[in-house]
Parts: sequence; C-alpha cells; structure tokens
Amino acid sequence: MPVDLLYFSWVREAIGMGGETLELPGDLVTVSDLIDWLAMRSEGHARAFAERARLRAAVDQVFVGLDAPLGRPHEVAIFPPVTGG
Amino acid sequence: MIRVLVRHEPIDPAAEFAALQASGVGGIATFLGVVRADDGVTTLELEHYPGGTEAALRRLVGEAVARWGLAAAAIVHRVGLMRPGDLVVFVGTAAAHRAAALESCAYLIDRLKTDAPFWKRETRGAEARWVEARETDSTAAARWQDS
Repeated sequence: MPVDLLYFSWVREAIGMGGETLELPGDLVTVSDLIDWLAMRSEGHARAFAERARLRAAVDQVFVGLDAPLGRPHEVAIFPPVTGG
Repeated sequence: MIRVLVRHEPIDPAAEFAALQASGVGGIATFLGVVRADDGVTTLELEHYPGGTEAALRRLVGEAVARWGLAAAAIVHRVGLMRPGDLVVFVGTAAAHRAAALESCAYLIDRLKTDAPFWKRETRGAEARWVEARETDSTAAARWQDS
C-alpha cells in the first residue's frame, strides 16, 4: 500500500517538496531504514537526510525515535527538532 | 472543557480566559507566549504539521487533565506570519486549587516545546533562518518525567 511521506521546515526545503506518496520496499524495518532508502531518491533527499542527529520523525502522527520499527504506516513525517511555543 | 486549536488568526486571550473561567472552578493558570524582537527580528513564520499538530496537542492536554484532574484546559497556537509583540501561544488550565493549575500549565508549555510539531523561521531584514531547537527546552520537558 502506498505511504504518504511528509517533510517539514528545512527538510522540506532541501527536498524541494512538502511530501510524496510512495510504495515502500518490503525490507524496511526501522524509520532509519526508510530514511536510508529515501536518501537515494535525489540529491535533495540526500542533502536533507545527511545529518541523522538533526532529524526527527512521526509515524502515523506519533513521534518516534529513528530506531523505532516502521511497521505498516499510512503516513510518515520527517522533520528537524521542533521549535514551537 | 478541552480546547485545542491551531490557527492563522490572532489569538484573543480574553475570550480564551473567559472559556476557562466558565468551568467555574477556583484556580486558573495561563501562559502567553509572545514573539520576541531578538536582535532585530522583523517577522517570525510558524510552520506546522496539519493533523499531526492537533493530535500531539490533544495527547498532551489529555495527559495533563488525567494527571492533575483539571476541570478545563486549552492550548491555542498561532501559525503563519507574525511580528514581534504578537501572541504566538495561549496555554490555560483550570482546577479546584492553584497548585494543580500552575503545575499543569507549566507542564503543557514545557512539553509543547519538545513534543508538538511546530517550526519557527525568523526573518531579519532580507535574511531568513530556521530557529534551532534548544537543549534547555529538552531539559525543561524532561523534568516532568516520572515525577
């Protein structure tokens, strides 16, 4: 099933779009695996995902660590540490 | 009453306060975040994760209501383009007594800083840059764990 990928802040700017809908390969176990796979899609993706320590993620709208299992999500968001309030 | 709202329009703190007061309990605490004019900031732009933001804020408010037995709680966060002096966030809690209201209000703003998907971009004249997350915010949020 296709998964909605969402990008925010400078991750969005580096990739050049706010999101994309993709069929994911079946061998992605963790969020980090997904990021590795996405990083190969374009120079912009590679640039956005170069520094893992500066990335955070949410799977189906729940914040998770990058080592968290990916499962079979509907929606995965990748973004910098948050700065609201 | 539980109120979670993300909006582009200016925040009306009097209306938000009145909604909390209508709960009829003895203690209300509020926090208002204001856009700072740090070293020449001319505008501040807030980006967020539509849907994900509201879900995160509802989780935080639900935790606070359960932990402190609140009669009412509200988080109203503005997004889009703002200027120094504008209100960016209103947090309010209502409880029977002051300790619960004050502590839960501090809890909500501390946790919002690290657990709700908002991103700030500051503009100084022609130069714009994304605000970096601060370690002190993580420390402030962590103090509420297991206490």
